Amino acid sequence: MLQVDVRLALRDFPFAAQIDVPPGVTVVVGASGAGKSTLLRLVAGLLRPDAGSIRLDGRLLCDAEHFVEPYRRDIGMVFQEYALFPHLDVAANVGFGLRARGIAASERRARVARMLERFEIADQRRVRVAALSGGQRQRVALARALVIDPAALLLDEPLSALDPQTRGRVRGELRALLETVAVPTLLVTHDQADRAAFPERVVRLERGLLLTAAS
Amino acid sequence: MIRAAIAIASATLVAFIVVPLAALLLRLTPAELIASLQTPAALTALGLSALTTMISLAITLLLGTPLAFVLARADFAGRRLVDALVDVPIVVPPAVAGLALLLAFGRFGLLGPPLRALGIQLSFTTAAVVLAQVFVASPFYVRAARGAFAAADQNLEAASATLGMGPLRTFALVTVPLAGPALFGGAILTWARALGEFGGTIMFAGNLSGVSQTLPLLVYLELEGGNIAVATAVSVVMIAASLVTILIVRTFERR
Repeated sequence: MLQVDVRLALRDFPFAAQIDVPPGVTVVVGASGAGKSTLLRLVAGLLRPDAGSIRLDGRLLCDAEHFVEPYRRDIGMVFQEYALFPHLDVAANVGFGLRARGIAASERRARVARMLERFEIADQRRVRVAALSGGQRQRVALARALVIDPAALLLDEPLSALDPQTRGRVRGELRALLETVAVPTLLVTHDQADRAAFPERVVRLERGLLLTAAS
Repeated sequence: MIRAAIAIASATLVAFIVVPLAALLLRLTPAELIASLQTPAALTALGLSALTTMISLAITLLLGTPLAFVLARADFAGRRLVDALVDVPIVVPPAVAGLALLLAFGRFGLLGPPLRALGIQLSFTTAAVVLAQVFVASPFYVRAARGAFAAADQNLEAASATLGMGPLRTFALVTVPLAGPALFGGAILTWARALGEFGGTIMFAGNLSGVSQTLPLLVYLELEGGNIAVATAVSVVMIAASLVTILIVRTFERR
């Protein structure tokens, strides 16, 4: 369970979110500029809240006195434009988080290989990310975030970087892949079709205010 | 009519740049060139220039990289002032730089007494050559690095952090590799500027063979002494270094 209760003064309006995210996908919908990325950055530790706290499976990530740095949070994040490392190939991108954890090269290779198999991009392992299609990039970004066995998963508009033709197909793939992920997952989107694809749990963010009752 | 005028203007300036270079290159036969470069004075200056430019480049990379990062990313009072100050040596006349260094670090300079108390004398030593080079040449690297760090996609660094890399490893594994071509181009420009450094060196370090007589100073001394062959041969080497520099920088800019 991911428990978020934070406040942060943004330039245009105060941001306040209170939400308990159970294992599985929770979709956060809202117009652009409503503070969706802010929510994810707060949870990832890329932003500090002015007040409040974040807990993950009982572990305190931040409150008034404590702040766990993003590199110690074990939270996987898929960025809006995927933020893949352009100077590294697919395998090195996916293995990056394992390298950060000092995992031996042989085990790293094995775990990356398993992940690439699961995401059906094994034949692209030596390819630089610039040569990949949008759908492939998205899978690399997801594989990179999941290979570290994160305690939570954050997806920032995971389909918005794709062209409309690919989007529908990749949405189906993403839906199937996320069904196998058993950790609290926040997926933010402004796209109604994304919301329809993950109907189980939907919350709405409006001008920095997260209303957990919406559905 | 206008096209002809443009063509003539362009050709005149290009010729003006090419003719002196050609005059240098055509002055000596290859045999004379090699013989002149093998004189003890030329070999000593070559060695000293290689040594001092490598040291000044190393100092620039070591101190200039953190400075460039701070200037590109940090927000502190006086940042714009520091930013401007760092660029000042680019426009200060080298002789003025030499005088400034002398008045700061020379025996009777601002920091002369404390340095003397520590048993350190900088002016008219090889260390003074390095200081003069760092002073005039480091801004080229800092400018290039600052631009590269400012232009870097900070989402990539954020991604690295969420994957568990601390700030130092993120800098080494993400920021530097992505800024690599710009950093390399800036380093090459700094090295080339240090290699050609003359005014600051002669004012602050003197013109002593084996101590402070780098290649440009040797050109000046040999010409004064009427030995045009050695002066020309050393100049050819420096022009070759400049051309290689430009080629490398151009290649990296195109990537």
